[in-house]
Amino acid sequence: MNFDDTPQEAAFRAEARAWIAANAPKQYEEELRKSSLGRVQLKNANILEVAKAWQKKKADAGWACLHWPKEYGGRGASPIERVIWQQEEGPFGRLSAMFIIGHGMCGPTMMAFAREEHKRHYLPPLASGEKIWCQLFSEPAGGSDVAGLRTRAERKGDEWIINGQKIWTSGAHYSDYGILLTRTDPTVPKHKGLTMFFLDMKSPGVEVRPIKQASGQSDFNEVYFTDVRIPDHQRLGEVNDGWNVSLTTLMNERMSIGAGVSTGFPELFEFCNSLMLEDGPAIEDRSVRSRLANYAVKASGLKYTSMRAISALSKGERPGPENSIGKLVAGSMIQEVAMYALDLQGAAGVLSGTDAELAGKFQAMLLRAPGTRVEGGTDEIMRNIIAERVLGLPGDIRVDKDVPFNQIPTKGRA
Amino acid sequence: MNFDFSDEQKQMRDEARKFLSEQCPPKAVRTVLDGKAAYDRDLWRGLAEMGFLGVAIPEQFGGAGAGHLELCVIAEEMGRALAPVPFSSTVYLAAEALMLAGSDAQKQKWLPKIAAGEAIGTLALFEGKGNPSPKAIKLTAAGAALNGTKKPVPDGAIADFAVVAARTGSTGRDADISLFLVDLKGSGVEVKELTNLDPTRGQAELTFTNAKAEPLGATGEGWGIITQVLDRAAVLLAFEQVGGADRALEMGRDYALDRIAFGRPIGSFQAVKHILADMYVSATLARSNCYYGAWALSTNAAELPEAAAAARISATQAFQHCAKNNIQVHGGMGFTWEFDCHMYYRRANATALGLGSVSYWEDALIDRMRKKNAAA
Ligand SMILES: Cc1cc2nc3c(=O)[nH]c(=O)nc-3n(C[C@H](O)[C@H](O)[C@H](O)COP(=O)(O)OP(=O)(O)OC[C@H]3O[C@@H](n4cnc5c(N)ncnc54)[C@H](O)[C@@H]3O)c2cc1C
Ligand SMILES: Cc1cc2nc3c(=O)[nH]c(=O)nc-3n(C[C@H](O)[C@H](O)[C@H](O)COP(=O)(O)OP(=O)(O)OC[C@H]3O[C@@H](n4cnc5c(N)ncnc54)[C@H](O)[C@@H]3O)c2cc1C
Repeated sequence: MNFDDTPQEAAFRAEARAWIAANAPKQYEEELRKSSLGRVQLKNANILEVAKAWQKKKADAGWACLHWPKEYGGRGASPIERVIWQQEEGPFGRLSAMFIIGHGMCGPTMMAFAREEHKRHYLPPLASGEKIWCQLFSEPAGGSDVAGLRTRAERKGDEWIINGQKIWTSGAHYSDYGILLTRTDPTVPKHKGLTMFFLDMKSPGVEVRPIKQASGQSDFNEVYFTDVRIPDHQRLGEVNDGWNVSLTTLMNERMSIGAGVSTGFPELFEFCNSLMLEDGPAIEDRSVRSRLANYAVKASGLKYTSMRAISALSKGERPGPENSIGKLVAGSMIQEVAMYALDLQGAAGVLSGTDAELAGKFQAMLLRAPGTRVEGGTDEIMRNIIAERVLGLPGDIRVDKDVPFNQIPTKGRA
Repeated sequence: MNFDFSDEQKQMRDEARKFLSEQCPPKAVRTVLDGKAAYDRDLWRGLAEMGFLGVAIPEQFGGAGAGHLELCVIAEEMGRALAPVPFSSTVYLAAEALMLAGSDAQKQKWLPKIAAGEAIGTLALFEGKGNPSPKAIKLTAAGAALNGTKKPVPDGAIADFAVVAARTGSTGRDADISLFLVDLKGSGVEVKELTNLDPTRGQAELTFTNAKAEPLGATGEGWGIITQVLDRAAVLLAFEQVGGADRALEMGRDYALDRIAFGRPIGSFQAVKHILADMYVSATLARSNCYYGAWALSTNAAELPEAAAAARISATQAFQHCAKNNIQVHGGMGFTWEFDCHMYYRRANATALGLGSVSYWEDALIDRMRKKNAAA
């Protein structure tokens, strides 16, 4: 058991560190370091441009999507090398936020199911950040139950005609491409009539409407499809086998979301370390210490759980559904941490933005936190996954499993 | 980086599990639970023969000289099996104190006996209510004679010797405390067995009246040694707790698969599934904190005090959480003496207190993190 680099790993680390030192946009380092929670913003620059420039620079030097094969814009690096890179990239890694869905979910799905010429054409600009991708799965009628989606794809010669609506599509408003899950056969049970495609978001008939979130920002969208045409060669996987294709995406989603999830603990610890209460420093108060300690062991527990996963990965073992715990634990924790940080501020905790303590960092965290517990699989779905796939408990009784999709009821209370 | 046990260590875990499943089934635990024996002597002898008692003791003192990582994997199995033997007091407390502070002669006298299963040792620290603190130590040492009372002392009624914390100064500082080795079979020692939450492990009161003792470590260094011993023991006991938590989770899972209510296995109800999923989460977080503790212990890293506190808190919470919800999943059956659930519940709550309670370790963790932060 050790945390030491092997000689090859040490050499890789030195190379990465030197390259980052020479090339990273250091003028933003301090701001990036501070803006760790939720949304990354820069005062005097457009975050999208800065992020794209950094990604392109990395790609040109062979430091983008490290674990992808070289021919698709990656480096063919080992899992450990990828982790070392992340450690060295530090705060600059936060510039990757808008590429996470493309790199973490769309890319791997394309790699597994797209034609070779498409992979060579689309993956390198995805790796380099020149093109941004989104994931068009959820619909008003299907979020947790994504197989309940209704967007139709009908075949017409060598094309498919798409009609319907997606919702909650993160980044659709700045995306160039998307992977799209559709219904191709409503007369068979729901999991058996789905098909996956990728498409150009600028295709005629695609309309993106931003949704204002509860937090006040607009990071996700509704996307409407009206007679949108997709050539059959952009189909991913077999017709009506879209469910299996989507499992690849979702498995990767859990990996990429779980790995980098923040808990809010370092921020809370730092806050308590400098906060003065009426009776003295907050950190010397026993009740504060008790709360902090409980968060501390969850944060370290998650950190070392992911180290164990990385060790397993580096030995060629496949990371399993146990990675679901990352998002499950961190989601509620970040919410509680935010509430506690406000509690410590007393009545002034109600203020937000620049009127608040630390420019409203914890208030923003509080308002963003509910989304974390829903996106990428809700807490309840995560618990079901752990119970069924890790512990081997029976699946839910599925009343719609063998019913043709077009005969499933669509309303709860009449 | 390899943040995992080696194949040899995992093999040792498998051996320990096999040995304990044969030599320490729940029936054996119940013999001690029901008061028919103070501890399982056959198991103790067997553990010595397997080399488990001296696994971290150097070869020159009769041990296997393997190391603390090996001891961690064995500790996990001991916790899983609820082994009713004085393993934690003898191996984590007494042997560690000797290895840290003992003279060559003291090591030579006791360590080989520990490894051979011929001596049981313990640490006599507490004097009634309260957490580890130099202020709480009133027992005095005048020359080589001890006077005062210690309780609770784990396995005190069956121990052959104890490491005793005594007051040798009155400045109000840590340097007032020194450690002594006492042969409990000698004169001036009165032993009284106490009842406790977990009868599979004993607790006692030891009263010393001019009891003959020899210093362990230098005068005035007792508190520093105790702190180190507690940190080490915290990691090792945390592995026992994780072993217990995992077993309680398995018991709950198995019962949920077998028990039918409302025409379905109760494990198909989400309310039950989610209880079990949360048990898995706490056990997993605890295991990961323990691995970090194991790394820090085995390399004697500067991070050990922090890692030990985190492992201790996390594993205590996980064992308590899994043990209580295992009973819940068992319904009325879980509340019977006949089912084993309560043995895990008892052990979970007893081990939560032995080295100082969770609130003590919470305080210690944040104190240590803060000091590290200030130093950085
Ligand atoms: C910030 C954010 C970003 C997102 N980005 C994207 C994106 O880029 N692309 C995309 O496709 N989607 C995206 N989503 C959608 C997300 O995947 C869904 O919101 C999520 O899967 C939940 O689906 P739903 O909103 O339809 O809620 P529902 O599924 O209707 O759930 C409502 C409640 O019922 C519970 N529930 C539902 N089914 C069960 C069950 N079987 N057992 C127990 N409880 C159950 C849920 O846990 C929840 O509490 C995003 C969501 C958010 C919040
Ligand atoms: C101290 C004590 C005194 C008692 N006294 C009496 C008495 O005087 N007279 C008498 O008749 N009975 C008595 N009982 C029995 C008591 O009513 C039952 O133990 C209780 O109803 C649970 O039933 P069970 O033990 O069969 O557990 P089970 O029903 O098998 O439950 C096991 C687990 O499954 C869960 N579960 C079961 N069904 C569902 C479901 N549909 N949805 C979600 N979760 C579910 C339960 O919550 C529990 O966690 C007593 C029990 C105790 C502990």
